[in-house]
Amino acid sequence: MIRRRKIAEALFKLLSLSALALAIGTLVLLFGALMVDGLGRLDWQFLTSFPSRRASQAGILPAMVGSTLVMLVTACVGIPIGVAAGIYLEEYARRTWLTELIEVTVTNLAGVPSIIFGLLALGLFVYTLGLGPSILTAGLTLALLILPVVIVTTREAIRAIPVHIREAAFALGATKWQTVSDHVLPYSAAGILTGVILALSRAIGETAPIVTIGALTFIAFLPPAPVTSQPPYVSFEWLMSPFTVVPIQMFAWVSRPGEDFAANAAAAGLLLVGMTLVMNGLAIYVRYRMRKRVSW
Amino acid sequence: MFAIECASAYRGNSDVMTRPTDSASSDSAGRNEWPKPLKAETHELSFFYGHRQVLKRVSVPIAESNITALIGPSGCGKSTFLRCFNRMHDLYPGTRYEGAIVLHPDSRNVLGREVDPIEVRMRLAMVFQKPNPFPKSVYENVAYGLRVRGVRDRRVIDEKVEQALRSAALWEEVKDQLSALGTSLSGGQQQRLCIARALATDPELLLLDEPTSALDPIATGNIEELLQDLKRRVTILIVTHNMQQAARISDWTAFMYVGELVEFGPTKRLFTTPAKKQTEDYITGRFG
Ligand SMILES: Nc1ncnc2c1ncn2[C@@H]1O[C@H](COP(=O)(O)OP(=O)(O)OP(=O)(O)O)[C@@H](O)[C@H]1O
Ligand SMILES: [Mg+2]
Repeated sequence: MIRRRKIAEALFKLLSLSALALAIGTLVLLFGALMVDGLGRLDWQFLTSFPSRRASQAGILPAMVGSTLVMLVTACVGIPIGVAAGIYLEEYARRTWLTELIEVTVTNLAGVPSIIFGLLALGLFVYTLGLGPSILTAGLTLALLILPVVIVTTREAIRAIPVHIREAAFALGATKWQTVSDHVLPYSAAGILTGVILALSRAIGETAPIVTIGALTFIAFLPPAPVTSQPPYVSFEWLMSPFTVVPIQMFAWVSRPGEDFAANAAAAGLLLVGMTLVMNGLAIYVRYRMRKRVSW
Repeated sequence: MFAIECASAYRGNSDVMTRPTDSASSDSAGRNEWPKPLKAETHELSFFYGHRQVLKRVSVPIAESNITALIGPSGCGKSTFLRCFNRMHDLYPGTRYEGAIVLHPDSRNVLGREVDPIEVRMRLAMVFQKPNPFPKSVYENVAYGLRVRGVRDRRVIDEKVEQALRSAALWEEVKDQLSALGTSLSGGQQQRLCIARALATDPELLLLDEPTSALDPIATGNIEELLQDLKRRVTILIVTHNMQQAARISDWTAFMYVGELVEFGPTKRLFTTPAKKQTEDYITGRFG
């Protein structure tokens, strides 16, 4: 009897183990293939060149710059709005059917396919607001995309603060805003930041919505520099510039025939994976560092 | 005098409006031995969590510069009662007060509709059951009450922080580590830090909710001693379910049972010759 149960247990263990091995093995294999194909191509020339018809001369510079700038816009728009919305919902909003509805909507928005966001952005930003297929449009689109995630993680981070800390502040005569800005925000910053970084690292690989709003696939120039030599020394022209991003560049290369372009695509893929890993690593680091300081 | 004052707190509940002039429960408050002068008093204070009534017309006087202890079995509403004083319940929806809590000398009804809970919380201070320092430095913990009140002068804050830490008998232990995290102190130190934090703003009334229940006997002894010293400067209302503690440190004791005040009186008298059978049963350990 016990033997039979033990055998069942061993079988189940074996089964789960092989499932795990299959999953991880596939990943390692994929990544390995990417390495083999792309690592040789990943050099300085590749990072600093513009796309070209000749694979060996082509580079990823505009896509890298595009991705960076789009992320910048996304972060500047998505983070403040998302965090503010999270704080509002958690700290200020009264529980009514309306907040319940908003809550459900936000949670569900996190699961909406990203191409839907692209479609929405195409109608709203590109046509209605006339922003065109620009960096601004892409940044705003991805900001919309990460908004639900930022809101949800903000709320979770805030909720992790024990009630008695909050009550201590209120008992001293603090107003709601004093409590939020002196305690709630600082103590939940690690959690919020982690969520934000993870959201951004997801956004950086997004392709569908960016394609939908009409990003270019071949671009041989950089957006105008944000700093100029004449007063007022800063320029926001780059916001309206056409652009491409790394995943789109990668897709463009993949769809071309020939071994050489495949190597370019693999190199771009490596770069993308690398950026994502770095951001995730940063998130883990931030969480670790700040967790150590804030405890109750 | 305060009957007029209190009228504003009655929120049109007929049950309260028709209050008996001298019911059995207010008799048990032992008005003939009510202390003077008063720092505060509750007048037929009732409290509701939603539809659930947890306090039933509790009238207790709080003598100035004295320690008043609130005893009673678990769940009888001691914490709930204490948290009415600084309107802590306002933070949560669905709670309701009836009756009045009058703060002297200005006879302000804390529960009055025109009274902002923040105004009340600026006058009173609270120490919680579980030490709850902020995850900030020792210094910032104590200074926070002042910062909330808009004090910016570094010298004033320094002075107040030291003063408060001395009053809480913590200064000697932490004067070299003011920038250490408050949360890194020991449990007893944390609780004294919370007392210092409460004292830094010179409260008129210090509310303590079982401040020693999470501490060992030595730390408990420290804090009891501390409270004895403090009562000269600040009126203290302390909740405890430790009867020995109440007997040791308080001047007045109120015994509550399922939301009602059973008996109030001078601690010595209440513990030696309780007027009510229930009180006697409780203090002799027959229930609770
Ligand atoms: N937030 C709440 N919602 C509903 N009921 C509550 C709430 N908090 C407390 N109660 C109820 O109110 C009653 C009094 O609780 P309270 O915490 O005041 O008791 P207590 O005398 O402080 O007990 P203890 O000695 O265990 O701390 C209890 O029956 C409790 O179940
Ligand atoms: Mg309690």
